[in-house]
Amino acid sequence: MEKDLKKVAYYPGCALEGTGYAYNKSTKAVAKELGLDLVEVENWNCCGAMEVKNIDPEIETYLSARVLSQTEKMGFDKVMAPCNGCYHNLKKAEHDLTHDAHSVEVNDRLSKKAGHKTYEAGKVETLHALDWLMRAVGEEEISRRVRKSLSGIKVANYYGCMYTRPRRIFPEKDKGPGTESTANPHFMDDLLAAAGAENVAFPLKTACCGGAHTLSDSDTSTKLCLNILTAAEASGADVIATECPTCHTGLEMHQIRAEKVMGRKTKVKIMHFTQLLGLALGLSSRKVGVNDNFSDSRGFVKERGLG
Amino acid sequence: MPIHEKSLIRPENLREQDELVIDGVDVSGHWSTFIETRAVTDYNEAMQDEIAALAGGENIHRCWQCGSCTNACTVHAVNPDFNPRYWIYLIRLGMEDELVRDKDIIWQCVSCNKCTDACPRDVVPEAVMKATAHWLELKGHVDKKPSTHFDEGFSAQVIETGKIEDGLVVRDFFKRMGDPFRPFKEPYLVAMITGIAKRAPIGYLLKMGLALVVRPRTRGWAPARKGIEEYIREVDAKDRKALGLPAEGGH
Repeated sequence: MEKDLKKVAYYPGCALEGTGYAYNKSTKAVAKELGLDLVEVENWNCCGAMEVKNIDPEIETYLSARVLSQTEKMGFDKVMAPCNGCYHNLKKAEHDLTHDAHSVEVNDRLSKKAGHKTYEAGKVETLHALDWLMRAVGEEEISRRVRKSLSGIKVANYYGCMYTRPRRIFPEKDKGPGTESTANPHFMDDLLAAAGAENVAFPLKTACCGGAHTLSDSDTSTKLCLNILTAAEASGADVIATECPTCHTGLEMHQIRAEKVMGRKTKVKIMHFTQLLGLALGLSSRKVGVNDNFSDSRGFVKERGLG
Repeated sequence: MPIHEKSLIRPENLREQDELVIDGVDVSGHWSTFIETRAVTDYNEAMQDEIAALAGGENIHRCWQCGSCTNACTVHAVNPDFNPRYWIYLIRLGMEDELVRDKDIIWQCVSCNKCTDACPRDVVPEAVMKATAHWLELKGHVDKKPSTHFDEGFSAQVIETGKIEDGLVVRDFFKRMGDPFRPFKEPYLVAMITGIAKRAPIGYLLKMGLALVVRPRTRGWAPARKGIEEYIREVDAKDRKALGLPAEGGH
């Protein structure tokens, strides 16, 4: 396992300070339990999410580059972002600053105006919580440390859009055995399987939840989420494991909305993968924030003897 | 000529004859639909250049109409009228009137980037959809769409303080949509909030409460904000010039 990944810079991002509260809590709890060190990026800013690029993409690149610049300033060359949106944007900034002269120019201009060092491509590597746990800990170590196996729990692993698309911003993926696949991502499957879970064959792993328009075009989002929820149920899953706060909250919200507006009730549980992993490592339900989810998984967790 | 995408022809231009025999061949009914011949004279020859001048539209000229984008499209699966391949075709030909027919759905692209991965020519159709939605608003073909209200409210927060606060994003969106009290009227939003509140997650509720009073912000953000605002003004002016619009007006 990679020793230099035991201590990395941590970029929670705005969502994990808000609706993704439980994801933040459970990520930190899992890291602590595994003896890993997360050092929060000092005085970070929003990465631009899915919105700022629609005002102007170069501003989004700058916002993400500032986070990378802050990371570099702290002496780190690795930053871990558990949020798909943040992860995606930092990766995209890295890609654009490597390949696009205009992005480099605007980033330099805005960084100078803001009075900080201009981030240059290649200085910081961005990791998702999934990459990070796979590389810093790995499946074998997870298996060894499991105290309450997830055996018998059927999980649909849901990755969403921003973890794998567009492919070009993830040059390290699709490099054969041991690397992540953009067509059929499996790191979450691998980690949860190591914790004993029974992963179901889930065809909508990288389907879109409509998160960008969750409020502005709710009907479309509800239809997309309902597809994911019903496909998970049809695959025999008890729970959908998520690794993105937007997908997670979207599924929770539209599960309720599908029932209230379309009369379509689904029962599948929705939990952050770090919550499931934390429970398997023996952490309490409260420690991984099961109580803090919008959807109620307390009964499920108790019934399966996990917390 | 067979009509592959019948939904793309205006209903008034479709000719279905109940009883028609031409040269002894019966061509009546559904399987012998004809399209009204017409001459298109109202091309906007600058249209492709206009879209290409906006952020995201740069690569539209590369499209060779394979249709991979529409085939991969998340929204197309929900609404078959949502057809990026067709809109790119219209833009490249300059058929403004035809494009404007779909003005109320083009903004619905969810940015899932399936099209971007499917495209063999690196058109980045996702970005072209955003540029097109922006173009429709700049040209005055449509009022600001809900997604624009959302993006603008969200971005305004980021530009102002460096960060966003989820609760404020939601409240600000509904305010911009003209109904600040909607969160309290939507049964699903009410069920979502009361559901979690009942379980009394003290830490979370305190944190959300605190965020209401003390907005999260990045320290020393003012110079960054100034730089970004200045840049946006420049881009706005450049966009409006490229579209032949007068200099004033918002983004």
